[in-house]
Amino acid sequence: MLTALTIHELSARFRSGEATPSQAVREYLERIAALDPKVKAYLTVVPETALGQAAAADARFRSKAPLGPLDGIPLAVKDVFCTRGVETTCGSKILKGFVPPYDATVITRLRSAGAVLLGKLNMDEFAMGSSTENSAFFTTRNPWDLSRVPGGSSGGSAAAVAADLAAATLGTDTGGSIRQPAAFSGTVGFKPTYGRVSRYGLIAFASSLDQVGPFAKDVADTALMLQTIAGHDPMDSTSATIPVPDYAQALRLDVKGLRVGIPAEYFIDGLDPEVEAAVRAAIATLEDLGAKTESVSLPHTEYGLAAYYVIAPAEASSNLARYDGVKYGLRVPGARDLIDMYSRTRGAGFGAEVKRRVMLGTYALSAGYYDAYYGQAQKVRTLVLRDFQEAFKRVDVIVAPTTPGVAFKMGEREDPLQMYLNDVFTIPVNLAGLPGLAIPAGFTQAGLPIGLQIIGKAFDEATLLRVAKAYEAATPWRSRKPELAA
Amino acid sequence: MAEPKITMKEVDHVARLSRLALTDAEKERMRRELDGILSYIGKLRALDTEGVPPTSRAVPMTNVMREDEPRPSLSQDEMLANAPDRSGEFFRVPKIIEEPVEE
Repeated sequence: MLTALTIHELSARFRSGEATPSQAVREYLERIAALDPKVKAYLTVVPETALGQAAAADARFRSKAPLGPLDGIPLAVKDVFCTRGVETTCGSKILKGFVPPYDATVITRLRSAGAVLLGKLNMDEFAMGSSTENSAFFTTRNPWDLSRVPGGSSGGSAAAVAADLAAATLGTDTGGSIRQPAAFSGTVGFKPTYGRVSRYGLIAFASSLDQVGPFAKDVADTALMLQTIAGHDPMDSTSATIPVPDYAQALRLDVKGLRVGIPAEYFIDGLDPEVEAAVRAAIATLEDLGAKTESVSLPHTEYGLAAYYVIAPAEASSNLARYDGVKYGLRVPGARDLIDMYSRTRGAGFGAEVKRRVMLGTYALSAGYYDAYYGQAQKVRTLVLRDFQEAFKRVDVIVAPTTPGVAFKMGEREDPLQMYLNDVFTIPVNLAGLPGLAIPAGFTQAGLPIGLQIIGKAFDEATLLRVAKAYEAATPWRSRKPELAA
Repeated sequence: MAEPKITMKEVDHVARLSRLALTDAEKERMRRELDGILSYIGKLRALDTEGVPPTSRAVPMTNVMREDEPRPSLSQDEMLANAPDRSGEFFRVPKIIEEPVEE
């Protein structure tokens, strides 16, 4: 089955002539048709255009002129990226039917590399959530246990990779939306440094935090995906001009002598004992591989979540002002006047979590509360950032759990605050703008995946990939797959 | 019981600022949930941040300028294609100036 292969394995078969991109795309489309009714990862599948792109890739391989390691590889992306001619909803009713007239830069880069786009993946509405239960359309299921959530907000992206419904995918991470679903679904998920990847054509949630990154079946594929999407983009003034290194090279290095920090604040009450045991075992593995571990302190960790739930909603309340029923998307008819049309359209078009965050953000920015909430949260953000800067004077990377627990049951977390607490270990990394990678680190007794989080210095994605690769090579987790029957 | 962090009057005010039409049931639920979230966020005030500068972005940013030169852009038709209502080359919206509503 070609769908079980990694990108690098599949590409090798294309090059040797053992398989063609068209065969791979057809296998993926058949698997999606058979299994996605259960997993529900896709919002949109585009078989005709995918087969057309595959045929073009076939021709390049036949003439021995493939474009590179992603040529002919079947991929899918979170429905948060604008795709020319393909409906883009961001998981919201307010954007139902929106067909972007242009591609996001990351989509352009994947297309230029020859990758085939299979479709668009489910997500929490406007990337606000940790389970895909906030999607306006349906909830994606965890391929390891269909009664559980895949995590979120990039839950469709994670589930598609875990269930072999795409070779790799793209997601976005504002407070953990790549790393948390990667941990819940047993895939590799990588949030690069803020500014590393262009956000042009990405539908904005919280602009000082949002970052694009890949989900993949292994670390080598993660490096290939990042290599393709990383780098400065003149269309995104917040994208960094720092050169992108050759990530494949980093994968060849071992971790002997590398300094690994263990933050005490990430091993707290409420951490699932099975998650803690797996993370401790992973730390021991890194020591066996020659890494030097030491304890570090990130004392403001417990304030990160509170600061985030001021900053992210504040930015969202401003970013989401554009959904006004004028330029695209839903408009509720019968309004008295313009303001009434705005209010009714937004009232009908946004789901409960989006309304909650728009309200929270507007409140935090409103006259009389600005200093107490927004101003204070930005100062706390400085303290969180300084914690990491201090720690990284002594260590090269930090390792920790990705989440306090494993994938939870659908409908289990109805209280919004309980849902937010899921992100307690991923949010500080966004506040500090750092790269963070989640990698499978074992399974619970019940067979649910556990994720190890590796946090690095700004723009030092190469070292994270190096540590992840060494850990992956030393552990058996990568070979296990969920059992799914049509 | 602790004093509520947010009153119904404030919920109404913020909903108006947010341009969100909410039902009465939504407003009551919103008040209750925002109250819980604001209580949690209140822990920020316990931190002494005297003399700490605010951070708006973790990675330093500089202003980016480019030459002001004409280049290709999307056509008017492409830009208007997703509009819920258009009139020729314009987005059409309901009237902006309020008039007395007939009873």
